[in-house]
This record gives sequence, C-alpha cells and structure tokens, in this order.
Amino acid sequence: MINDSYSDPNKVQLTEDGRLKHFLTTEGLSRELLTEILDTADSFISTQERAVKTVPLLRGKTVVNLFFENSTRTRSTFELAAKRLSADILNLDIARSATSKGETLMDTLWNLEAMYSDMFVVRHADSGAAHFIAEHVTPNVAIINAGDGRHAHPTQAMLDMLTIRRHKDGIEGKIVAIVGDILHSRVARSQIHALRTLGAAEVRVIGPGTLLPRDIEALGAVPFYDMKKGLADCDVVIMLRLQKERMQNALLPSEGEFFKLYGLTEEKLAYAKPDAIVMHPGPINRGVEIESAVADGSHSVILNQVSYGIAVRMAVMAMAMSGQQTPIITEENA
Amino acid sequence: MRYLHIANARVIDPASEMDSVTDVYIANGKIKAIGHRPDAGEIEETINADGQWLIPGLIDLGGHLPEPGYSQKGSIDSETLAAARGGFTHICSLPDTKPVADTSAVIKLILEKAARAGHTRVLPLGAMTQGLEGEQLASMYTLAEAGAVAMSNARQPIRDSYVLRRLMEYAATYDIPLFLCANDLSLSDGGCMHEGTVATRMGLAGIPETAETIALAQLLLLIEQTGVRAHISQISTRRAISMLRQAREGGLRVTADTPLANLIYTDASVTGYNSLYNVQPPLRSERDREALVAAVAAGELAISSNHRPHEIAAKKAPFSDAESGMSQYDFFLPHAMALVNRGELTENQLIRALTLIPAKVLDLNQGITEGNDFNAVLYQPAQEETVAANLLASRGHNHPLIGKTVIGKVNAVFIEGVQVC
Repeated sequence: MINDSYSDPNKVQLTEDGRLKHFLTTEGLSRELLTEILDTADSFISTQERAVKTVPLLRGKTVVNLFFENSTRTRSTFELAAKRLSADILNLDIARSATSKGETLMDTLWNLEAMYSDMFVVRHADSGAAHFIAEHVTPNVAIINAGDGRHAHPTQAMLDMLTIRRHKDGIEGKIVAIVGDILHSRVARSQIHALRTLGAAEVRVIGPGTLLPRDIEALGAVPFYDMKKGLADCDVVIMLRLQKERMQNALLPSEGEFFKLYGLTEEKLAYAKPDAIVMHPGPINRGVEIESAVADGSHSVILNQVSYGIAVRMAVMAMAMSGQQTPIITEENA
Repeated sequence: MRYLHIANARVIDPASEMDSVTDVYIANGKIKAIGHRPDAGEIEETINADGQWLIPGLIDLGGHLPEPGYSQKGSIDSETLAAARGGFTHICSLPDTKPVADTSAVIKLILEKAARAGHTRVLPLGAMTQGLEGEQLASMYTLAEAGAVAMSNARQPIRDSYVLRRLMEYAATYDIPLFLCANDLSLSDGGCMHEGTVATRMGLAGIPETAETIALAQLLLLIEQTGVRAHISQISTRRAISMLRQAREGGLRVTADTPLANLIYTDASVTGYNSLYNVQPPLRSERDREALVAAVAAGELAISSNHRPHEIAAKKAPFSDAESGMSQYDFFLPHAMALVNRGELTENQLIRALTLIPAKVLDLNQGITEGNDFNAVLYQPAQEETVAANLLASRGHNHPLIGKTVIGKVNAVFIEGVQVC
C-alpha cells in the first residue's frame, strides 16, 4: 500500500549502520561516506594501470544495465566497471523495447527479478525513478542511479569530485563554478550536494534566468548571470552540455547568443584563477558551451574525467554490493 | 406523527449560529422541533447522542466519480458509500467521466446509479464544452434540465478567450451556474508539483503560481463582463485569495473552494517522491497553505474533496508518471477535523466551510433548523481510529491516512431523515 515509508530518501540508500546499499543521490550522504567512495576509487585507479585490470570483487554476480534512456558513454563505463570487477553483465536497451510496448516499469522489474540479478544500473527520464525502483525491487538487489530525470547523476558527480581532488589537491576551500543549463541538469544537482558536503568554499551556478532553477540558493549554490563575475577567482570551472531542444522551448534565443554570454573562451577563463581546471561531463558541443582551444587546452581535464569514471563506478558498485550482502555474510559466520 | 428523537447532541449549525446541547425531533424527513418536544405525536426511536455532535450534512463542490468509464478505479456505489461514511450528504461529481458528462444520457445514468446505490446524493456537474475539449459548447440547457446542477470543464482549460466569453454569455442567459478551474495550461503543462524549492531539489518540473493566477484574472474579468453566476473550483495559491477578495470588494459575486489536501499538506510532502502527493492542483508552499486556512477561517472559501480514487497500478510509478489525485471521501470529516485539533480553525469555521458555504453556492437549505430536510451527521469527536485499507469503502486506496490514526468518527449520516450509514 502507498504510505509515507519513503519520506526520507536516505533511509532508502543506506543500511541501518549507515553503509551504502544503493547509490541514488549524493544528497544527505556524509562526508565520511563520500570520502570513502573517493578513496576506494583511488585504489582502483592503480589497478587500472596494470596489465591485468580485473579484480574478483563481484565474481559470480549479475549486473543489469537498465537504460530507459539511451546513453552509450555512461552505459559503456558501467559495463567496463562491472567487467573489471569480474561480474556478469547484461545490457538491456529498454528505451527501444519493453516500455514502448506498453509494459509498465513494475512489469519490467518483475521480469528482471525473475532472472536473479544482483544489481541494476538504472537510467530513466523521470526524476525519482531510481528511488522508485529501489523501493519496489526485491531485497538484496542493489540499485545504482545512472541518471534520473533532472534529479541526480551521483556517479558522474563523484567522478567529478575525484577529478577535482586529484588535480586540485582536495576540494576543501575551493571555489567551483557550474555553467550552463542548471535547470535540466541532474549532474549539477548531484555536484552541488557533493561539493557542499566535501567542504567547497563556494559553489556558483552561472547561466541565464531561464536555465537557473527557482530557489537554487536553497541547495547551497550562489547564482550568477554574468559569466565573468561568476568565474572570478574560481579554482574549478564545470561546463554543462547544452541540449538543442532548449532553443525550441523558448528558453534560449540561439546557440550563438548563448556562446557569446556563457561559452567558455580563453578570454573568459582568464577571470578564473591562473591554475583553474576546466571540466565537462561530455559529450562536448564545441563552439556552443566551450571553444576548442579551451576544451583541448592546458586547463582542461576533460579526458581524465572519463578514465576516473570507471574507477568511481567500480568503487560504488563494490560498496553497494557489499552493503547488500551483509545478511548473507552474517549467516555464513554463524 | 411518529418522531425520531436525537437526545443530548451538541448541535453545531453555522446557518442559525447555533452551538448548544439539545434535542432534535424529526418526522417525515424534516426537522420538526429543536429543544422542545413537539406537542402531538409519539417518539418512535430515541438516539442517545451524549458526547456527540449533530451537524449539517457535508456538501462537496467537486469530486471525481470513476463511473462511467473507469471501473478499475471504483464505482458510483463504492465512492458514494465512501462519501457517506466521510460525512457527505451531497456531492457534486465532476464531468470528466468516460464518456464525458456532456449529454443528458450520462447525467441521467449517474443520477440513476446514485439513486440505486442509496448512499450520498449525487449532484452531477455537466460539461461546459463537448468532450471537455474547450472548443464547442456542450448543450448546457439540456444538461441542466437532465439534472446537472452546474457546468464545469474539470481541470481542462478553455484555451480560447473567445470561447470562454461566449460560453459564459450563453450560461448567463439561462442562469446556469459555472464551476471554473483556474489553470493556464501553457504554464502548468509538463509540471507535476508546485514550482519552488522542493521541486528544484527533487528535479521535478514545477507548476508556477501564475498558472493559477493568470487564468484566474482572465476568469474574473470575463465573469464581470458577462454577469454569469460563477464559482471558482480548487484554488491553491495565496495570491488567488487576494485576487478573489479584491473582485468581491469590487462588487463581483463569485465564490470559491479549495481542496482539503491543500489545507493539510504542502509541497514538502513530495520529498521522497511519494506519488500519493501527486495531485492537481499541486500541494503548494506552507505560505500558500496558511493563507488558504486563513481564508477558510474568514468564511471566504468552501472546502471541497477533489476526491480521485485510483487503482494501485496508477500510483505505482515514478512520481511524474503516476496519475494525479487522492482518494479522500473515506474519513473525510475526521481528516478535516485535524485543522480544528491543531488549533488552526474553530469547529464553527470548519463546519461552515463544509456545509453552509457550499450550500449557498448550490442554493440548498442545509441547516439544522425547524422545517428543513434532516440532512445531518452524528459525529463522535473524541474517538480514535487507525485507518487501514480494508476500512475504506472507496476502491481507491490512494488515501493519505492509511496507517495513520485519526481522531473523530462519523457515527451516522441522515439524508431526508433516512439513515444512510
């Protein structure tokens, strides 16, 4: 029956002793837990540099990539992460199959549960879809949110945190600017929560009024409409991808005007600190949100982000699976 | 003459401003005497109402009946029984059935089924436009003749100001009342909750206050121009209340209601993506809620149910994909009484908003007064009860009180002197 059992999202993703059993959002997670994810990811980065890259942490486990929205890149990094943890992986491209035939999300879930999977990596166009699945899936199946609507994309945010930590010697005290379409961005929301928890001095969001959500200050971000003012003294500049459909929805007049105001050029980047790093979750629209000279320039750590993505996903998958397995381990010990 | 005698009830009747413990005598469906035994006749039955309240039957200015068309969500029988148990003697049914209530056949079907069920009286609202599409006028005169008490377009907007003006002029010709929802679809479309901090945090598309206020401004100006009898249904914002107040001060005769959910819950309930709280109009901010409660206290708003039962599958989906609406009829009076128990309204203010104000909108006499039909509720204000799904008469189990404890119990409901539950 429908009731208030899931009024606190963090009751859903944590075990009773505060460990991760699903990874749905960065919001509300403790600094210790976020740091543990980063430390674990750091340890996996060293394994990625070896000739034999696999570790046996998820041997015998079945991971299902449940993508209700297409995303080759994110799906591939999850697939690679699962394989390097020695899991069996199944890719389900639901965007083109089940739900388009009228099957409900619940029907899809029940079918997948019947396959005895251990983990679902979920991407869905609806905000809260990963929470919904975590609430309704059978126990002992871990849910990793690979992006839900405008709400959260926690693994992307954590790989960004890892990038900042490795390239800026920590997050504490840093000024971070996130630029572009904040309104529709699940990445931005997850970054804001993670940055605040990990001690960033200031999180700024920069964009036109149509692309900054109402009351964004409540999340702990400071809005700027002027790119140069917003970039002043920043340590980190995160550019977001601009979707073409924003022009059709009367949110923006043209790509050209957006680039003029918010596109990251060398000239605008000069307002940030001299050693500032430039990040982008990809894929890049060159000439729309960022000029090539900056994307490929010395400040850019965009390609590093991609390789850290695998390590972060390995870390989160390993941690969530271990959070799920607690009861079984206890039984074996008894 | 043989009387039903209700002894020692606390009679709270906002219409006559009565609030005292007394006896009421009923015969032939009418209230024959209050406070003194009638001169002639004998007592057939005495109900000892020690510690109970006797109040006028509740009147709902808008609930969704799932029949015809949505049998998976309930029936007229199940939902009118739920309404009776919640304390309603009369409910206005919104026209968004399938087929839409835009023909006299559908109006008659609803009336017949409700009469056969024999629970709460149904006062159907007819559709203003054919198929609720907002384009061609429905045969409003014919619908009124068939028994529709007013016309509504549910929450479907009339997009074209020309159509809205003409339908108001047409309705005004025959003095047919209109129940209008203020909803600018171009601003609300795609949204699934109040636009504010919670929506930003949850990443859910918001419905701004202006979706209501811009549409309300248009409605008020056209009501003024056409002189139509109009009621505004399902107000949810603080700003709309001040607009209505201003219009009334300018001499416009316009009434309004707000759904109970908007008086009790806010957008904070959406935290955690509980699809139960996906409702239209959306649950708004605490500031809006407080202003709505204050308007009820001031006698400016009726309280409606906005009852909308759903089968479990309709709500078992991610928040924005779930169908909107709450099942409200069961436990309605104790649910509403929470506002009194919290000290936000007095008993008289709450009961007035549930009985006298809607009765005036519909031109009904609903008061505990000698000579009136005996449409009333016997209510035990102190009894605690834990709500469980199997206690609901409604087929819709999307009820916000499941698993919670309520204070107060509807002990009996009378319609024209007949006890219906």
